[in-house]
Amino acid sequence: MKALRKFMDKIKPQFQEGGKLAKLESVFDGMETFLFTPNTTSRSGVHIHDSNDMKRSMITVVVALLPCLLFAMYNTGYQHFNAIGTTATFWQMFLFGLLAMLPVIVVSYVVGLGIEFIGAQIHHKEIQEGFLVTGILIPLIVPINTPLWMTAVATAFAVIFAKEIFGGTGMNIFNVALITRAFLFFAYPSKMSGDLAFVKTDTAFGYGGGTVVDGFSGATPLGEVATNAGDTLSDKIPSTIDAFIGLIPGSPGETSMIAILIGAAILLITGIASWRVMISVFAGGLVMGAIAHAFPTPTYPASMLDPLAQLCFGGFAFAAVFMATDPVTGARTKIGQYIYGFLIGVFAILIRVYNGGYPEGAMLAVLLMNAFAPLIDYCVVQANINRRLKRAKAQ
Amino acid sequence: MLSKRNKEAFFNPLSKDNPVLVQILGICSTLAVTAKLEPAIVMGISVIAVLAISNVVISLLRKTIPTSIRIIVQLVVVAALVIIVQQVLRAYAYDVSLQLSVFIGLIITNCILMGRLEAFALSNKPWPAFLDGIGNGLGYMIILVIVAFFRELLGSGTLLNYHVIPQWCYDHGYMDNGLMILPPMALITVGCIIWVHRSRNKDLQEK
Repeated sequence: MKALRKFMDKIKPQFQEGGKLAKLESVFDGMETFLFTPNTTSRSGVHIHDSNDMKRSMITVVVALLPCLLFAMYNTGYQHFNAIGTTATFWQMFLFGLLAMLPVIVVSYVVGLGIEFIGAQIHHKEIQEGFLVTGILIPLIVPINTPLWMTAVATAFAVIFAKEIFGGTGMNIFNVALITRAFLFFAYPSKMSGDLAFVKTDTAFGYGGGTVVDGFSGATPLGEVATNAGDTLSDKIPSTIDAFIGLIPGSPGETSMIAILIGAAILLITGIASWRVMISVFAGGLVMGAIAHAFPTPTYPASMLDPLAQLCFGGFAFAAVFMATDPVTGARTKIGQYIYGFLIGVFAILIRVYNGGYPEGAMLAVLLMNAFAPLIDYCVVQANINRRLKRAKAQ
Repeated sequence: MLSKRNKEAFFNPLSKDNPVLVQILGICSTLAVTAKLEPAIVMGISVIAVLAISNVVISLLRKTIPTSIRIIVQLVVVAALVIIVQQVLRAYAYDVSLQLSVFIGLIITNCILMGRLEAFALSNKPWPAFLDGIGNGLGYMIILVIVAFFRELLGSGTLLNYHVIPQWCYDHGYMDNGLMILPPMALITVGCIIWVHRSRNKDLQEK
């Protein structure tokens, strides 16, 4: 640590005004504050000092995402060896998943952080930490078979058009990671849905070769539900318990309810995420799931799923815990958070069940409510102002 | 013939006073007809024709039109011209007219037309009005063509329906971007053009 500090101090003058590399000051500053806590805090006045700054809350979210990431690696390997019909040990599966997911993580961080660095250079601002979380969310929500260049294009699009033009970290209207996925979803639909998107059947860096066994289907539970329309649900659909554990095909991070709940616990205990949003998303999903389940019809096969299965299948839980609770794009007033979360849950199930084109609606529901979050906040604040004005007049 | 004022009437709409980029008029049709290059060009030419001729007609009539009914007169002139353009297209470019469908008819409601008639033709002589019409039509068409160029190239891999992206790109995993075909990308493309335009013309930047 000390050697590193010494090294940073030694090269610091080059980056300051007049130095050789003064143009790269923001890069140096970003690295320095990433490695060491800045010791320049305000000393006078009424400031409450809390060691929890943006960097720390971002890191906490990344830690909360680790169970999902680790499980995603294991599940990617599990699904792969399942598809080629080879038995493999736990570590072989994990290694395969690691090799399969590592390029996506690298691409997401290199492209996203690259653009952030360039943006900070152009505007002569400090580099913000916002992409730390986004960069790890993207590999978790993009299907494993998406070509890397598509992920790169989508990440670049999302960072520039959903974040930088609105003013950078903390100013974006829409969730950047979800914009990445939405871009991929609408730009390259054939790579983002269907049976071939969610299970990696070819090798990862030449590891884990084999041919796909006959009768293999890589469809996600919701894809299976949507395509096998009949009077009853197809028996290929995994049970709710399977979906809860998470050894099913799907976008890497979304399959395991257990990993997501561990992440949720970390977020709630550290107080990073709002429990109001989280609870009300699940409540909204349960209510809408129950309504749909009360009127099951073969026209909309997903309406035959029971409400609990609705919560465990697809990206619903992941969106509820990690996407809806994004403090930047969500509602900020307490009452607003209940409304915001509840409507996300309702719309996610509504799109999933009644829109034939989209087997999963969590992404679209969160993006839709992102757009309405400021309006919800405005109405809540305005109602409060009116209530107090009335009270003042009554006296 | 080409006094300084006339030159301004013709050249200003091309960039500094562009109807789409600066006046933000005619956005609806810019979003609707730019998925392919061919309909965008035809649409641009149609708007130039209608705008130039209607500008001249209104300018000729400007002293006889009572102010209280001028909008009605303008609409009658524009509507007559639009119907002529529509019939010509049906006769000589039937496929394109099918692609453009309702949007040729909707030239009547194109904000650029009413804007130029009200702001320029009603108070200027026919020759400057003609130049103004051609200039604004061209300014509109340039943007249409730029947007359509990028949307068709990236969305379909073609230009004027000829494949320009070589097959080996597709063989190596390249795919056309389906989002470029959808209207939202037209809006974002126009936004990017405005972005570039404003950063080159600093005096247009809003505070």
